[in-house]
Amino acid sequence: MSELIESEVAERVLRRALAGGGEFAEVFCERAAGLTLAIDESRIESVQSGASAGAGVRVLSGGTTYFAHVDGLDPGDLERAAAEAAAALHARSAEPRPLEALAVAPQPIELRPAEVPAERKAELLRELDARGRAAGPEVSELMASYAEVRREVAIANSDGLLTGDDRTRVRIGAQAVARRGGEVQTGSETLGGHRGFELLEDDPAAIAEVAAGKALTLLEAGPAPAGSMPVVIGGGFGGVLFHEMTGHGLEADHVQKGASVYAGKLGAQVAQPLLTAYDDGCMPGEWGSDSVDDEGTPTRKTMVIEGGVLASFLYDRLTAGHDGVASTGNGRRESFRHLPVPRMTNTYIAPGDAEPEAMIAEVEKGFYAASFAGGQVDPATGDFVFGVSEGYLIEGGRVTRPCRGATLIGNCLEALLAIDAVGRDFEMKTGVCGKAGQKVPVGTGQGHVRVRAMTVGGTEV
Amino acid sequence: MIELARRAVECAVAASCSDAEAYASEDAGREVRAHGGEVESLTAATRRGVGVRAWVGRRVGYAYGTDLSEAGIRALAARVAEAARIADEDEFAAPPGLPVRLPADMGGTSATEPVAALELSDPTIGEWPVERVADLALAIERATLEADPRVAGVEQAVYADSAERIAIVSSTGIEAEYERTSCHGYTQALAEGEGARETGLGFGLGRGPAALDPGEIGREAAARAAAMIGAGKPASRNCPVVLDATVAASFVALVGRALGADAVQRGRSPFIGLAGETVADEALVIHDDGLDPEGSASSPVDGEGTPRRRLALVEGGTLRTFLYDTYTGRRAGTASTASAGRGGYRSQPSVAASNLVVATGRLDLEGLLAEAGDGVLVTDVAGLHSGVNPVTGVFSVGASGLAIRGGEAGEPLREFTIASDLVSMLRAVRAAGSTPRWVPFGGSVRTPPLLIGEMTVAGS
Repeated sequence: MSELIESEVAERVLRRALAGGGEFAEVFCERAAGLTLAIDESRIESVQSGASAGAGVRVLSGGTTYFAHVDGLDPGDLERAAAEAAAALHARSAEPRPLEALAVAPQPIELRPAEVPAERKAELLRELDARGRAAGPEVSELMASYAEVRREVAIANSDGLLTGDDRTRVRIGAQAVARRGGEVQTGSETLGGHRGFELLEDDPAAIAEVAAGKALTLLEAGPAPAGSMPVVIGGGFGGVLFHEMTGHGLEADHVQKGASVYAGKLGAQVAQPLLTAYDDGCMPGEWGSDSVDDEGTPTRKTMVIEGGVLASFLYDRLTAGHDGVASTGNGRRESFRHLPVPRMTNTYIAPGDAEPEAMIAEVEKGFYAASFAGGQVDPATGDFVFGVSEGYLIEGGRVTRPCRGATLIGNCLEALLAIDAVGRDFEMKTGVCGKAGQKVPVGTGQGHVRVRAMTVGGTEV
Repeated sequence: MIELARRAVECAVAASCSDAEAYASEDAGREVRAHGGEVESLTAATRRGVGVRAWVGRRVGYAYGTDLSEAGIRALAARVAEAARIADEDEFAAPPGLPVRLPADMGGTSATEPVAALELSDPTIGEWPVERVADLALAIERATLEADPRVAGVEQAVYADSAERIAIVSSTGIEAEYERTSCHGYTQALAEGEGARETGLGFGLGRGPAALDPGEIGREAAARAAAMIGAGKPASRNCPVVLDATVAASFVALVGRALGADAVQRGRSPFIGLAGETVADEALVIHDDGLDPEGSASSPVDGEGTPRRRLALVEGGTLRTFLYDTYTGRRAGTASTASAGRGGYRSQPSVAASNLVVATGRLDLEGLLAEAGDGVLVTDVAGLHSGVNPVTGVFSVGASGLAIRGGEAGEPLREFTIASDLVSMLRAVRAAGSTPRWVPFGGSVRTPPLLIGEMTVAGS
């Protein structure tokens, strides 16, 4: 199945993990290799090559998870991890089921990044640098980065599952700074995917131009308004709104601890009927996709909101068992050093039927959040906040002057219900999501979306 | 560890690098998560790895790995040499040399000898078996539930500790090795009332488990959550704002990042051109202290082996210095301030504050509120990573807290933002409180609450 762990070794490790008892044991093996480099001040720098290998073993017993991880993938390393995980267990040993290999096709990779000469990657960054700087004489700085990583994983558990995945991700980013007199503004853009170097075939340097364009536009910015008003959210990374506002509250661990505002709301109308949303871990080539999750469950497309009705939570094995349902393939972890927890993959609001221009034309006085720097939510209270990286006033149904330093703030139950238009346009963007000290790649997506009323936190009272 | 670091340097030099520096570390850690009166998870971990920075002439590269066999170290050396060759030449790229001027209180030791004698380890960590630290996590959860009848649940209660050993060796003669322990506990309380649920965080930290008081951690979480019940939105306006110690610490950490010389030299800091200038009210004094025995970021040497020190950053209202590592120091024609930070063996050194320490003033929290008169006491902020522009210092972040009316704490407030920019905020500081606390958010900071004369509050 996998060269990371042989079947006999896996069985021995699982048997060792259950030597002190337990209902379930699992070994997760991982080998990762990556390269990152950057250009700054038109100079290639911060070239970093990383390689790591290790394993995490967990044992579930009576509601407690016992977990240990080690660096290294030698059979001795794995048995050490198993012994460490089982150290606090002193019941009668349990017997793992014989392993049966589950063959899963990894996402296809056309051009392995490791096989592309490093000079080509440096050259790519020079192209980004030149394109960004060419956008205008007021572009004073341009930073760009390239990152590739290949993560091979193998998962074996005492229910008899033996499977694995081979994941390659590539991502580039550009950040521009523009200056005019004392005014300084920044703009950024990224491109990434669960893909090989082929991701960068089609004019990748365009992202530097987009980043520079944002910074230049913002040079005209005035202060952001402060107060409650209609807000139109841009497509693509605008989807981080749904990710933060609703997605985290659908992760079953929060729900089961009563730490989600969506607890007990399955089947309830949580949004207008015009809104349908998905979490889809198997979108081909997308940044948040994998073939199996980090517990070996094949990824899938889960409808989380159907016509405004809450349709499903997002589960890993443990939380699925608790609710008596099947895992939705959302058990993810940053690395072998972390326990899997329910996480989003690619989360998006499905396209609606509104024309973006018409959504804006209907707003007399409001705010257009074209792009976000990121956001944060407390799933228990539903309170969220988003930093707007590119925002504009809407006046008389038209997008007018850009605004600097705006934040959107609100409560997700109210804000989700207040979405009164979903655009027919659609775009996916890449993000890195943090939860419980673990970062995982996630995709966010949507078309333009309008929220009837939302608090904009600017400085113009 | 030191042998491993030496070997990694030798291999990199043998792989035709002109100079090399290795950072090797190993650590053992535990984490217990408690929920519902039971241990939810118990993690035991060991980590070992080495990171090598190497120079080929004026080009520099970095590589790390976890395969510490002879073959693994050789492969790592080949990778770092390759990484250095991809980089462009940089006239300031050079290995850290022997520090020539050391602070007098260290008696002029060279970096090849032991530097400051710092006690950073609590050996009792090893004496607390896993059952005992599990009890500590459970005690934190219990204390949270018992502290206030309005606490309906606990999202999680966590205990974690680690004991690490770090060695830094360079081909230019630097050799340093030290040990450090740390532990922390925290809990997230869920309080209910008036048809809504509120959360509150309580935390404690120290070198060993005995430093954690579960009752105190639980009471803080419960008090923070219960205080928010019935919260409304403040009116949008400009007004005085008091930042409690945890919130003040988050902003001080942001200031520390903006004072890094790399950000300044690359034109990406709001403090460019302000060295020696007035940047704050005299009430605000900030030191970077890498030797404070209580600081979680304390160490005898920084991430590239330069002996740590205590450094005035903002004093008498003036910006005294930026933070320099050897690269940015060379570029500015000045010495390193021992400000090379490390996120572990997987990241190359970069400029970072160690422990940021804010001097205390005379007024306790009540005194600060009285001084503020009318305004907002901010007890929590959200969205710092997306709401602050590090280049301009302009920020707008989500906040919650209490109204200040007639010089006293009033009704709870949530779902509002506070906005300003970092330099304006420092200049608007009117007083530092008298009750400091160590806070680990976004860095290691010890600060009292701060009274800011004016900020923009955006609510209803």
